[in-house]
Amino acid sequence: MIHLVWLVPFLPLLGFLINGLGRRYLSKPLTGIVGSGSVVAAFVISLLIFFEVRTPGFTPQVVTLFDFISVGSLHIPFAFQVDQLSALFLLIITGVGSLIHIYSTSYMHDESNEGFARYFAYLNLFVFSMLILVLGANYVMMFIGWEGVGLCSYLLIGFWFKNIEYNKAANKAFIMNRIGDLGFLLGIFLLITQFGSVTFSEVFEKVPSVGADSGVLFAIAMLLFIGAMGKSAQIPLYTWLPDAMAGPTPVSALIHAATMVTAGIYMVARSNVIYSLAPHIQTIVTLVGLATALLAASIALKQNDIKKVLAYSTVSQLGYMFIALGVGAYTAAVFHVMTHAFFKALLFLGSGSVIHAMGGEQDIRKMGGLKKWMPITNFTFLIGCLAIAGIPGLSGFFSKDEILAHAFGYSPVIYGLALIGALMTAFYMFRLYYITFTGKFRGTHEQEHHLHESPGAITFPLIVLAILSVIGGYVGMPAVFGVPNLLAEYLSPIFAPSAPFLHAHHLSHSLEWGLMGLSTGLVIVMILWARSKFANYTDNGEPSTGIAKVLENKWYVDELYDAIIVKPLMVLSRFFQDVVERSGIDAVVNGVGSAVKWGGGRARLLQNGQVGFYIFAMVIGMIVLFVISLFL
Amino acid sequence: MPVQYYIFLSIALFCIGIMGVLMRRNAIIIFMCIELMLNAVNLLLVAFSKMWVDAGRVDAASAQLFVFFVMVVAAAEVSVGLAIIVMMYRNTHSVDINILSRLKN
Repeated sequence: MIHLVWLVPFLPLLGFLINGLGRRYLSKPLTGIVGSGSVVAAFVISLLIFFEVRTPGFTPQVVTLFDFISVGSLHIPFAFQVDQLSALFLLIITGVGSLIHIYSTSYMHDESNEGFARYFAYLNLFVFSMLILVLGANYVMMFIGWEGVGLCSYLLIGFWFKNIEYNKAANKAFIMNRIGDLGFLLGIFLLITQFGSVTFSEVFEKVPSVGADSGVLFAIAMLLFIGAMGKSAQIPLYTWLPDAMAGPTPVSALIHAATMVTAGIYMVARSNVIYSLAPHIQTIVTLVGLATALLAASIALKQNDIKKVLAYSTVSQLGYMFIALGVGAYTAAVFHVMTHAFFKALLFLGSGSVIHAMGGEQDIRKMGGLKKWMPITNFTFLIGCLAIAGIPGLSGFFSKDEILAHAFGYSPVIYGLALIGALMTAFYMFRLYYITFTGKFRGTHEQEHHLHESPGAITFPLIVLAILSVIGGYVGMPAVFGVPNLLAEYLSPIFAPSAPFLHAHHLSHSLEWGLMGLSTGLVIVMILWARSKFANYTDNGEPSTGIAKVLENKWYVDELYDAIIVKPLMVLSRFFQDVVERSGIDAVVNGVGSAVKWGGGRARLLQNGQVGFYIFAMVIGMIVLFVISLFL
Repeated sequence: MPVQYYIFLSIALFCIGIMGVLMRRNAIIIFMCIELMLNAVNLLLVAFSKMWVDAGRVDAASAQLFVFFVMVVAAAEVSVGLAIIVMMYRNTHSVDINILSRLKN
């Protein structure tokens, strides 16, 4: 089965081609079947590959399709690497991807035929790029997928391209990602000069010989991390992700929550040997993750757009994953990627269901009491909230607890701050839940009349994801429960090479139980607090003041960037346009042109047609040459 | 006779040729002046050859072969050049080269 791995990305590519080229001719059901079918088929193949990878004694396999770049001693094959990590990501991408494709067939049904096909074409192209990203056996392949997902993200954020604001959001996402991509690209160049290869197996074999803590590794790890910062929306490059919510909601669920934004986590986890040997960079990763987790969580406390809350929550959860990577808990990071993919996709799709029922309304102050009309959405959304808040028994609890436990082993201060972030998470998620689903309906009568539960194509993915959000955590139970941690065992071959360079922190069982009890207790307190505050929420319309106002305005970070980067850049551009371009470059170019024209006008007078003059000129020329050769 | 005599004669012939080419407008005269220049060069070649042979360099006599080459080329050139002049005369009823300047437009 492994040798057929190329089929996994190939099928969505085929779907993209069919939908993209035939968008004028295909009917909606046909488009939906091609779009979803290709991803579901890829999921089935991924499942077969996964079971093969899971068999004991499996060694990572590289399937080379052709030689991509061959220059001098540098060879970059177009090859897929099938191992535990990529197989797991294949499952997440195609599994969640399939559900979201199915969901989209209903959610996007109001689009025109052509728009519908365009949407599915982009979505398939995205899945293809993402699969290339995780399957690539070298950094260049990863970069191809990396750019591909960036492009699809841009196309899908600006899917409704007639809205200028959405286009601006798309540009912002693309440009922010480009900043990160530059870092990634420089990192790849440095890898090539240092190791003469970009293939994972070769690079990771040579890395330890450079020696821990060396400057080169420091630079490589930092540059790669800058790439991860852009793609995974970390400080200072996180502001594009909340704006990316301009895209259709299933896109937010798939690209900006479950898969693409975790590419940075995947890249760092894949390069774990490099990071383990660069402990200073690991500290930076931890601190950036922590700062992002806290900042985004605090902003989410005061947002009123249902998707913005979830977007900041995503940024915050990505911060947790980077904390885990930074403290060397790679398994915990990948575990959180997986559980987060389940519950965040669930929450986004649930919010999509709500927005659909509300006729496009996204402001939670105008919702309320939706529980009565939308029982399935309500129930699944509640499960998603419980999972992300970290209620014991649901998936989010296990993954977040593992991260917190490792953070405690690394430094109790980081643990404390991360715990505060986790409590904020519980608070804002239940604020969102209570304002949206309980209390009295605050929208218009027309909207109230229109409220309904969403159709089956929308509720089915919700139910599946809700089940996964509940049971997804049991693959990675912590050791204190006395059951094997299946995920850690499964992933151990991937992270084994970096184990000798990490300092393992073993917490005693009683301490671990204590931490677990503490966080659970505080989370429940937070939920009850949110309930008492927002269960019967009424919008009093007063503008918020003080810290609340700062949070509502996202700490004014967008304004800050605008003032210190965008505006000076604009002024500089204008200067270049008006002064350097007009009186510098244009003047030189036009001057050369008119000088040649003037000179030509003079020189053509020499061609007077008099043969005698030509001969005379020839003789003069000969005399000049003679004089030169004689005297000079 | 000293070789200088030949050199001065040769320079005189060559300058007459150049002046004729530059000054005259009749194509046939110009043509003859070109021949004059060629022959000035031929004369010089023969003179130098003789000078070296007299000085004991017997192999220098082969330089006179060049004169025959020049004559052959000049003969070929004459046939082409005269043909051009004949055609020119047929078209313009004149051998004045300034007439050719109407090619300018």
